[in-house]
Amino acid sequence: MPETPLDILRRTAQLARLELTDEELARLAPQFQAILEHFEVLSSLDLGGVEATLAATELEDVKRADDPAAGIERSALLRGAPDPRDGYLAVPKTIGAAPRTNAGGGS
Amino acid sequence: MSPLRPDGDDWIFEASGTRWVPVIGLEVHAQLATRTKFLCPCAYEAGAQPNTQVCPVCTGQPGALPQLNAEAIKLAVRAALALGCDVAPRSKFDRKNYFYCDIPKNYQITQYDQPYCTGGGIRLASGRFVRLNRIHLEEDAGKAIHDRGDVTLVDLNRAGVPLIESVTEADLQTPEDAAAYLTALREILIYTGASSADMEKGEFRCDVNISVHPEGEEWRTKVEIKNLNSFSNVQAAIRYEVPRQILAWESPDPADHPVQETRLYDVAAGVTRSMRKKEGEADYRYFPDPDLPPILVPAAFIERQRSLLPELPAARRERYQRDLGLSEYDAGVLTLQRAVADFFEATARLSGQPKEACNWITNELLRALSGDEIEATCIDELRLKPFDLSELLGLLAAGKVGGGAARQIFSLMLTSGRAAGEILVDLGLEQIDDEEQLSEWCREALAGRASVAAEVRAGNLKAIGALMGPVMAASGGKANPTRVRELLLRLIHDAD
Repeated sequence: MPETPLDILRRTAQLARLELTDEELARLAPQFQAILEHFEVLSSLDLGGVEATLAATELEDVKRADDPAAGIERSALLRGAPDPRDGYLAVPKTIGAAPRTNAGGGS
Repeated sequence: MSPLRPDGDDWIFEASGTRWVPVIGLEVHAQLATRTKFLCPCAYEAGAQPNTQVCPVCTGQPGALPQLNAEAIKLAVRAALALGCDVAPRSKFDRKNYFYCDIPKNYQITQYDQPYCTGGGIRLASGRFVRLNRIHLEEDAGKAIHDRGDVTLVDLNRAGVPLIESVTEADLQTPEDAAAYLTALREILIYTGASSADMEKGEFRCDVNISVHPEGEEWRTKVEIKNLNSFSNVQAAIRYEVPRQILAWESPDPADHPVQETRLYDVAAGVTRSMRKKEGEADYRYFPDPDLPPILVPAAFIERQRSLLPELPAARRERYQRDLGLSEYDAGVLTLQRAVADFFEATARLSGQPKEACNWITNELLRALSGDEIEATCIDELRLKPFDLSELLGLLAAGKVGGGAARQIFSLMLTSGRAAGEILVDLGLEQIDDEEQLSEWCREALAGRASVAAEVRAGNLKAIGALMGPVMAASGGKANPTRVRELLLRLIHDAD
């Protein structure tokens, strides 16, 4: 059975860790479908001879030297956080609850 | 643990009449040894206070723009060349999207379909060649700490540190293969200076992919195992996981069969546990990062980096045995760390005595470094340099100093950083060769020890030790023992 717009919206919301109520889902599903339909229009174009645009600029190979520079104070970072604790950013307990990339080495 | 045991060294398992073959691949994340992060100029040191090595870029502040660290590209290229990879003249960066507290931008900058290098591999001592599929550059995630109360604590210091992720083909079959490959890869990264690869600091982290299939059949579902923070854990996890999968496949109920998933290795229990079902690739919604222009790696740059590569450990071990006559064991000890191998080579060259240089380094020097008589814990921190050790070896070879005195001088060289010749003169440790003086001590030793002399005369040469002792004592340990022995023998036989 093909995915309905509601299925796609639910799955996308889950990937974005958004909790949507049934009412929100009902309101957003048609809007989401309209967006997807617009992408269908784009996808239907024959772009066989067009090179992919990977960046908005034509810059290439922009690099900087490996010289340290001061960043921001911890206090400034933590001021923007809802729950700073002992210099850390505290967040709801997440172990096992979310996808992890290979990079995350855990604690 | 299962009753299954591998059938011989090739690790094929017999179960209910089926021969099961394990297939193993490794993914290694290694932090590059740059001073600053990959995409921002924050300095990074493991172990700093949490959230003190951060800036708008690595904490994902709106509007912040990343900029590539040239040194990271250089080190990554060096590692690739040492591993025999083909470096792409051009590659790009992509966003891997996922939501997790250790990745503040909600995406990781990585390389998806255009890694900076492909191919290459490592030949293991067993002869097996482990092919690399690719290596790509990416940024590290922050650290999430789960064991402090009811919340997860996040430290973003590590977020944005440059990593190379190397992915092998599934060319390995046994736990020993895995350990041998990881050891060799780690050595190469350290030798090339690409990474310090300290596992305790998280600079070298590995994941293992394992599947099993009946011999001659198609490969089956693979399982990824994480949380392997030592080579012995990697081996233990493989030893557990392979029989687990075989037994799961042997179950008549398909619901018991292995599924594509990520499992964590539980060190305490010695088992792997299901962590989550693996996300499909599409769920990461990779797309090219619009903030980072593609990187170009010109041929001239590659050749320049190739010319700067050091001789790698396996080649050094072979050369030490072939050209310098060292044992396989000694060659192995010397090449464990590049700094030690470099120290040895300089000492051997300056002194012209490779075997002696090897003995002093593997016995005295490495022992001193592991003990607490001196502050230095690695060879680079020593005040003693290869020139100093070669000078001591020269004094020994010329017979100007005996073995005991040499060790005494060596120990003072380590603590004071002074030259061997200087200490020798200061402490009056010069070996005494003066025949008249030595003869006098020998005559004194012989006096009253006629029975010992008689024993020696009767052919028991070992008895001469009872005469050597008093001479060495009389000289304060400085008499040249070879000369003393000659003189004693001459005096005993002259008395005939």
